[in-house]
Amino acid sequence: MFNKIGAVVALSVLAPVLALGGCTQSAPAKTASSDAPAPGKGKGFNHDPFPSTYRAYPGVPTAIVHATIYDGEGGRIENGTVLLADGKVTAVGGADLAIPGGTAVIDGAGKWVTPGVIDVHSHLGDYPSPGVKALSDGNEATGPVTADVWAEHSVWPQDPGFSRALANGGITTLQILPGSANLFGGRSITLKNVYARTTQGMKFPGAPYGLKMACGENPKRVYGSKGREPSTRMGNIAVDRQTWMKAVEYKRKWDKYEEKGGEAPTRDVGMDTLMGVLNGEILVHNHCYRADEMANVIDMSKEFGYHVTAFHHAVEAYKIADLLKANGVCAAVWADWYGFKMESYDGIPENLAILANAGACAMIHSDDANGIQRLNQEVAKALAAGRRAGFNISDELAWTWLAINPAKALGIADKTGSLKPGKMADVVLWNGNPFSVYTRPERVWIDGALLYDANNPKLRPVSDFELGQPGEGDVK
Amino acid sequence: MKAALLIAALLSTSAFAETIAITGATVAIGDGSQPITNGIVIIRDGRIAAAGAGIAVPAGARTIDAQGKWVSPGIVAGVSTLGIVDGYGMGETNDASSDKSPFSAAIDVSPAINSEGQGIATERGRGVTRVFVIPAAGNTMFAGQGAVIDLGADLDPVTRPRAFQYVELGEDSADHAGGSRTAAHVLLHAALAAAANPALAGELSKDALITRQDALALGPVIRGTMPLLVHAERVADIKAVLALKAQYPKIKLVLVGATEGWRIAGQIAAANVPVIAASITDLPEKFELLSATQSNVGRLTKAGIVTAMSNIDMSEGPYESHLTQYAGNLVALTRIPGATGLDWGAALATITSKPAAAIGMDGEIGSLRAGRRADVVIWDGDPLELASNPVAVFIDGVAQPMISRQTRLRDRYLDPREKALPKAYER
Repeated sequence: MFNKIGAVVALSVLAPVLALGGCTQSAPAKTASSDAPAPGKGKGFNHDPFPSTYRAYPGVPTAIVHATIYDGEGGRIENGTVLLADGKVTAVGGADLAIPGGTAVIDGAGKWVTPGVIDVHSHLGDYPSPGVKALSDGNEATGPVTADVWAEHSVWPQDPGFSRALANGGITTLQILPGSANLFGGRSITLKNVYARTTQGMKFPGAPYGLKMACGENPKRVYGSKGREPSTRMGNIAVDRQTWMKAVEYKRKWDKYEEKGGEAPTRDVGMDTLMGVLNGEILVHNHCYRADEMANVIDMSKEFGYHVTAFHHAVEAYKIADLLKANGVCAAVWADWYGFKMESYDGIPENLAILANAGACAMIHSDDANGIQRLNQEVAKALAAGRRAGFNISDELAWTWLAINPAKALGIADKTGSLKPGKMADVVLWNGNPFSVYTRPERVWIDGALLYDANNPKLRPVSDFELGQPGEGDVK
Repeated sequence: MKAALLIAALLSTSAFAETIAITGATVAIGDGSQPITNGIVIIRDGRIAAAGAGIAVPAGARTIDAQGKWVSPGIVAGVSTLGIVDGYGMGETNDASSDKSPFSAAIDVSPAINSEGQGIATERGRGVTRVFVIPAAGNTMFAGQGAVIDLGADLDPVTRPRAFQYVELGEDSADHAGGSRTAAHVLLHAALAAAANPALAGELSKDALITRQDALALGPVIRGTMPLLVHAERVADIKAVLALKAQYPKIKLVLVGATEGWRIAGQIAAANVPVIAASITDLPEKFELLSATQSNVGRLTKAGIVTAMSNIDMSEGPYESHLTQYAGNLVALTRIPGATGLDWGAALATITSKPAAAIGMDGEIGSLRAGRRADVVIWDGDPLELASNPVAVFIDGVAQPMISRQTRLRDRYLDPREKALPKAYER
């Protein structure tokens, strides 16, 4: 893929093995005696049975100069320089920043440089293109509680959508979630937007798992239509609470075993995930439109001792921006979707701006294979609506809605989401102001590897599905 | 209260017998030409009297100073369910689909149009002034007769009832015609034969797919007095549509979707069939969309086809106003090597005059050329740019209210905290 020879250094980003104590899932519970040694907290079983095999592709030391930089954390540099080497951002500064010898220099005059765009809510891979039933793997809609399923086991790494998200959207990291038919939809997975033969090959090294939950219309409609609980919003919360009560009990048994030894409790795949939430290892991503329902979920999380990381599709988040801030809960939203269902009836385009103005953690998301190609444009619309409403929000602050804020919600803000020295070199060079409709990504680097270049048809990925089909390799 | 007074004030200023001059703006005519700086638009009696540069302001005209602003025709959405759906997830409000009706082609959306749904006011406030309301296929792949409506704040929305017939003839046709494209083609030809001779149509019974009423409704289609909008995406389906002209020479075909049309653009152009294309879909979301590319609209236009752009390919929702964003994206493509985009004027035309032209109404709506209905939007910037928004909207020369449920909710929650009284008292 790469012709240039330079200081090519592959990242040694091995997936951290979270817990591999002496005891695994095959531990013979029947033979364990009451004086078996305690495995230690979090070490009772393997928490990472499908480890990431992602490896960064090689890159060359690169300097982008004379560009406008949004650093993703609210900073802006005019006529700036970004240095990438060994897969990392090594320096960010002004025109006076020294460029080491042997560095490829790209003139960014009239162009913008940002961290790679992060989509906290995608179904690429689990609802891929083509959308045939045989590939419809996003909702295990056979019961309202399917905390046992893991989205990564549905992700089809040949989804053509990954390439469009890269080339048109500058997407470098994305979270793939189960759908919202269920109250407990299952585990999400965070991916690097780099094609691989296996999903493990795309897994973002060291990213925590998420748990998808859902409020509102979808679970009650899906199960109510089957004549079973939940068929109402009160049914939703009742089943949620009953399930958390079981999870608390499961955790109590495992905590006791891991601390004191003895007979290992019986494993339960779904409860493993919920215990992970209660232990703070797994982050809750809760589909929830309405303000009053978000408030109910926040109280429920306190009842059982977990934290909601982010409400997704939080169409009414603006109504409780202060409550979300006070509870440290993020809101992931569309720019201007409204009115497509009852719980989206009160959507307004000022949602993001009102959240930001209140100091709440806010971000854009797509939930859409088309929308993921234009999250920069979606933020531009939300920003403009906010300014018209009188809020003074800078472009560089708005860029946090596609960068450091989703990185925080995914628990990877120490690794990516901004242009800071030492972070992964996930970078987009835009051919103009990325808040203009007339702008597109010109180049995209992931971990320092140039994986899209608008001027090089060979750097336009084509998934297996599209190979040999009409339109193969076309600009998309 | 203030809002209500504003509406009353605006609605009392009827445009009829009034002359309005909008001066100083960058004027985009909407016919494919490039924008004109320091242009003038004259509205008289609800119609465009003149637009362009160097036009004298008539004596007695009410003048609107639009220095620094842009003026364009209102956006025309070629595919919409505004007026017949309040939200597709709210089945109770959905008058688009009629799955259980014995009728199909006979269905006529015009008597059901509701001009007071929140989508109409919201989309109007974002610059959309006319839409083609299209029912969804139900009993057969004939969806029925669509209407052209305006989004004005009045109770008289229908511009042209029974403006066209709409039929599905691709993957979406199968479910409505017996399970396959082949079944759909049999039914299509049987229906058109019945249109020529309604005695062939079945009496109303559960076995009669085409009722006498449906056959009568298709009469204007084969006589060429009502356009037939055919939704087809893949090359093979588009070719089958074009072949209809050989059998029914008078038929006025309009392709809708046509995502793979770019691959046979020459044939579409030769058949002189206009296209209301999908916008910028570029994913093989179906097997009939394998060669989808954002360059489709540009490539069709380049081939000389009258090509409009609709949002038929995008997420369901009342988002006709997103058409300006998609048109802007067509301009963005001009800077991508290998892609085919459109220049600014041509891009605007795909969402103004081109959809009107596709159904033969470009003499009436879709541009600021003299004689057209005065659907005029004054924008605070380039209409295709993401940051721009209308500051005034005229429909048939009538200034429209710029408030909606959305603006009311915004004003109530700019500061979300409750004050001396609950939010329910803040308005």
